[in-house]
Amino acid sequence: MFTEILVLMLSAVLIENFIFSRFMGCCPFLGVSEKPDTALGMGCAVIFVMTLASAACNLVYNFILVPFNLEYLYTIAFILVIASLVQFIEMFLRKVVPSLYNALGIYLPLITTNCAVLGAVILNMQKYSDMAKGQSLLFSVLFGFFAAVGFTLAIVIFAGVRARMEYSEPPKSFRGMPLALVAAGLIAMAFSGFSGTTLG
Amino acid sequence: MKKINFKQMLLDGILYKNPVLIQLLGLCSVLAVTTSIENGLGMGAAVTAVLVCSNLLISLLRKFIPKEVRIAAYIVIISGFVTMVELIIKAYLPALDKSLGVFIPLIVVNCIILARAEAFASKNKPIPAILDGIVMGIGYTIALIAISFIRELLGAGTLFGIQVMPDGFQPMLMAILPPGGFIVLGCLIALMQKFTLAKEEKALKAKSADTTPEIEIKAEEGNE
Repeated sequence: MFTEILVLMLSAVLIENFIFSRFMGCCPFLGVSEKPDTALGMGCAVIFVMTLASAACNLVYNFILVPFNLEYLYTIAFILVIASLVQFIEMFLRKVVPSLYNALGIYLPLITTNCAVLGAVILNMQKYSDMAKGQSLLFSVLFGFFAAVGFTLAIVIFAGVRARMEYSEPPKSFRGMPLALVAAGLIAMAFSGFSGTTLG
Repeated sequence: MKKINFKQMLLDGILYKNPVLIQLLGLCSVLAVTTSIENGLGMGAAVTAVLVCSNLLISLLRKFIPKEVRIAAYIVIISGFVTMVELIIKAYLPALDKSLGVFIPLIVVNCIILARAEAFASKNKPIPAILDGIVMGIGYTIALIAISFIRELLGAGTLFGIQVMPDGFQPMLMAILPPGGFIVLGCLIALMQKFTLAKEEKALKAKSADTTPEIEIKAEEGNE
């Protein structure tokens, strides 16, 4: 059990990093990575939402969709769960933890349309739905959490690179997004060094 | 009623306002599925189908959806169509379903569809909304084909799975792997920026020489 969890952690954070090898969550990755601290804020918001969404969607799938034979409606069900969860978290944080709400504030609503969250939930369903219910819930939550940690790692590293790129002088047509994409490609190349690792 | 200039819309969708290469929307799916032309074409067709249907329905319902919950309503409409497209692909094109995998349900959160719903379909009559869906879909598909053309040619030496490069060609595996996707897309966007910059400079020169082009540009913007 312990080794399984360790393998899951390493593969979700490094080897199959959500951004650099699965291309999920590229929009916020490119959009809010101009400064390291905003990138960290976005990363924390994603960790928070993705862990909760993994648990909520696993429960909805196992206890609502499967008993009624409605598995084919999973896309609609999951996006509704995520959207309402984000709304609920926003209201809850504003009431109970205002400091955290102020820190995450702007990034929370953006997460609804972050494909990393929906992607993680769907991958969870494909991978772990055959397991026993308790075990599938545990693995879904762990996968959601560690995948989000991988996302945060990627976005913070990339924000650091971009902060230094401000001072460089690229050719006119490469300014802005093209240079950022090429830099992301180079980081992805570094991350692909992990992909030869065999675990377990 | 406003007259629809289809030719201008088409040019906008493919070149001047290309959803991928100029507006930089929906990059996740673009990077992920462009490892071969077949995948790019399949994904382009799926997104176009969803875009046209959701634009039509949102345009028809634009007077009934309350403003406060419009985003949630759009997402439900879009995910309904995505589920339909997913089931159709699963039934008739199982190979495509396998290679696109999780990115078919992820069309729901593709920013292009939500952006067009919010910016165009919710403000226009059904027929222009359908045309907008078709045009933007074509622009998206063309961008996907352009990227996957380069990546498949460099990374595997094939086009549509047929060997086109000579036997001595050593495939650059990196082009199909994730880093290649980022770099090829970056270079293509740089190319587009080069053209837009050149065009802007030309327009600026024409403006300083003569004041008439400025009026034309303003009139174009008013039509949208």
